[in-house]
Amino acid sequence: MTGFRIRWHVLVFLAPAVLVYTAIMIFPLFNTLRLALYSQVDQTTVFVGLQNFKTLFGDPNWSGAFWNALGNNFWFFFIHMVVQNPIGIMLAAILSHPRLRFAALYRSAIFVPTILSFVIVGFAWKLILSPIWGIAPEMLDAIGLKWLYQPWLGKEDYALTTLALISVWQFVGIPMMLIYAALLSIPEEILEAGEIDGITGMAAFWKIKLPLILPSIGIISILTFVGNFNAFDLIYASQGALAGPDFATDILGTFLYRTFFGFQLQIGDPHMGSAIATAMFAIILAGVCLYLFGIQRRMRRYQL
Amino acid sequence: MASKFRLAVLLTSTVLAQAAWAEDVTLTIESWRNDDLTLWQDKIIPAFEANHPGIKIKFAPSAPAEYNAVLNSKLNAGSAGDLITCRPFDASLALFQAGQLADLTDLETMANFSDVAKSAWQTDDGAHTFCVPIASVIHGFIYNKDAFAELGLDVPETEDQFFDVLEKIKEDGTYIPMAMGTNDQWEAATMGYQNIGPNYWKGEEGRLALIAGTQKLTDPQWVEPYATLHRWAPYLGDGYEAQTYPDSQNLFTLGRAAIYPAGSWEIAGFNQLADFEMGAFKPPVKNADDPCYISDHTDIAMGLNAASKNVEAAKTFLDWVGSEEFATIYSNALPGFFSLSDFDVQLDDPLAQEFVSWRDECESTIRSTYQILSRGTPNLENETWNASVQAIKGTATPEELGESLQEGLASWYKPQQH
Repeated sequence: MTGFRIRWHVLVFLAPAVLVYTAIMIFPLFNTLRLALYSQVDQTTVFVGLQNFKTLFGDPNWSGAFWNALGNNFWFFFIHMVVQNPIGIMLAAILSHPRLRFAALYRSAIFVPTILSFVIVGFAWKLILSPIWGIAPEMLDAIGLKWLYQPWLGKEDYALTTLALISVWQFVGIPMMLIYAALLSIPEEILEAGEIDGITGMAAFWKIKLPLILPSIGIISILTFVGNFNAFDLIYASQGALAGPDFATDILGTFLYRTFFGFQLQIGDPHMGSAIATAMFAIILAGVCLYLFGIQRRMRRYQL
Repeated sequence: MASKFRLAVLLTSTVLAQAAWAEDVTLTIESWRNDDLTLWQDKIIPAFEANHPGIKIKFAPSAPAEYNAVLNSKLNAGSAGDLITCRPFDASLALFQAGQLADLTDLETMANFSDVAKSAWQTDDGAHTFCVPIASVIHGFIYNKDAFAELGLDVPETEDQFFDVLEKIKEDGTYIPMAMGTNDQWEAATMGYQNIGPNYWKGEEGRLALIAGTQKLTDPQWVEPYATLHRWAPYLGDGYEAQTYPDSQNLFTLGRAAIYPAGSWEIAGFNQLADFEMGAFKPPVKNADDPCYISDHTDIAMGLNAASKNVEAAKTFLDWVGSEEFATIYSNALPGFFSLSDFDVQLDDPLAQEFVSWRDECESTIRSTYQILSRGTPNLENETWNASVQAIKGTATPEELGESLQEGLASWYKPQQH
C-alpha cells in the first residue's frame, strides 16, 4: 500500500528557512500593507480603509509629490537601461575575448565599486564633482573645456541624471559579470560552425552570441528595475532626505522615507508612509509580472 | 559592659549617619546635550551643590538623534529622571499635554524671562509654561575682519551698504564675497530667509499675525525677503548650487570668503579653526534709522517630570536654572548659546559679545515657521527651505513662492482659510 505519508524530514529541513523568512520578510510586508489602512486620529489608531490612498492620489499636495517621484524613478531606470546595461554587455564581450591580456584585473577593477557602500560612493563623487574642492572643474580646465563644467548636483536639470550615472558607475559590474558568465557558457563548436559559414567578428556577436545571452539580459533588466524602484541610499547620502534641488532627485524611496520617519519639523506618519510603500510594492509587482508573463515566456530559448 | 556600650554608640552613629545621608536628594537630568557632559560635571553641578547642601545632581544625557524616542519610552515606563531637558515647541508641548511635564507657570524664576523667551515652551494660548528657558541662538553675519581692513570696507548697516560691500569684494576678486551654498537647503532658509526676514515682517508682530491669520505669506513683508535673497546669488561662490554646509564653513574659516551668514552656534567652532580676526554684524535694515529685528531663536530649556518624587528639590534646581549665576556659567562655557534670561550676563568671547549686544538695540523674535505653523502637511518649515533655495537661484519669482507657500499653509491651517 502506497498511501499518503507525511515526510517529516522535509518539514524539519524546511522549517528554519520558512520561519526566518516569514518573520523577517513576509510578516513585515503584510503588516506594512495593513498599516496603510489605518490612521492616527487624536493619539488613537483607527481603521480608515482606503482613505490614505485617496489622499495620496487625490490630494494635490500628495499626488504632486508622488507623481514627481515616480517620474524621476522612471528616468533613473531609463538611464540605467540605456547606459548601464549596454556598457555592461560591451565590457563582457571585450572581457570574454580570448586574446585580451589582464582580463582578470579589469574584471575585478570594474566590479569593485559594486561592493562599496553607497555612502562612500556618494561622498567620493560629491567630492569629485564639488565646485570648490573637486577635481572635475580642474580636469576640464586642463583640456580647455572648463565651460562645460556645471555644479551638476545642484542644478535641477542635471542632478538626477548625474546621480543615475554615478549609480551606473557603481553597478555596471553586475550586468558585466552576468553576461560574461553567459558568454563563457556558449560552446566553442557553435562559434566554429558559424565561422565555417562565414560569420566572424562583429557578425558573430550580433548573430550568434547576442541571441544566446538574451535571457540573461532579460534577468538583468528585471534586476535593474527592482533595484531602481527600491533605490534610496545614494540619493539620501548625497542629496539628503529633501532630495534637492527642488525635489529634482526625489524618487519613491526618499519620498517614502520622508513621509514614514518624518523630517526636521515634520513628524513622521507611518500610515501614509505605508500607503506609499504599498504603492511601490504594487508598481514593482506589476513590472515583474509584466516581464514574467509578457516577455520571458515568449522569449525563444536555444538548446545548447 | 563597656564594650557593649561602645557597640551601641557605634551602631547609633551609623544609623544617624545613614539618616543624614538619606536626606540628600539626588536629581537626575535627562538631556540630549552629551557634548556638554563635562561642562555640567565640572562647572554647573558643583556651582549648584556648593550652595544647596542636600541636593545632588546627576546629568544623564543620551545621543541627540535618539533623545526624543528614549525620553518618551522612559517617561511611559516611569523610569525617566526628575528633570527633563526640553526641545522647543511641539515635541515638549506633546509631553505637557500628555501630563508628563509639570506646569511651571507659577515658578518664581519665570519672572526672569520675557514672553518671547518662554514662547517655545508654552501652550498655544500662552496660559501655561512648562519649561524654564535656558538658551537661544542668534542669527547674523560673521565677517573676516582682516579682509575688510585689507579692502578698506566698513561694516554695513543698511541693505544698500550691504550690497555695496558685496559688490566691492566681488570687484576686488581676492575673496568670495559670501560663503553659502544651496545644496543642503536648510542654510538658505535658516541663515538666509529667517536671518534677514524679521526686519521685513517686524519680528514678533508679523510672526504672530501670521499665526492669527491676519497676515498672509503673499503679503509684501513675507515675499520681499525672497527678492533680497535672489540678489545674494551673484555674490555666492562659483557653483554655490552644489556647495554644502561644511563647504561653506571651510571656505570661510580658510579665509577664502569674506562674509558668512551665520548662526551664533558657529562661534565655538570658528574660534578654533579661523586664524584671522572675526567680527559680526546684524542683518542690515532698509533705512539707516529703521528699528531692527533679530532672530533670537529659542532652542533649549528644562522642565519637571510630572511623576518626579522630588518635586521640591527639583523646583529649587529649576529656580536656580533661571538665575543669573547659571546664565553666566552656561553662556560663557558655550559661547554662541545665549541665556534667555533678562540678566545682563557678562560674556568673555568678543564675537559672542557682539551677537548678544544686538538684543539691546533690536527686537528679538524666533523663526517664523517653528511655532504651530509646521504642524501639518505640507510642512511650512520644510517648504520654506525649498522656497528659499528657489528664490536665490531664481527658478521661481518671489510672488510665486509666496503663493505656493500660502496655498500649502492654508490647506490645513484653519486661521489662514478665509
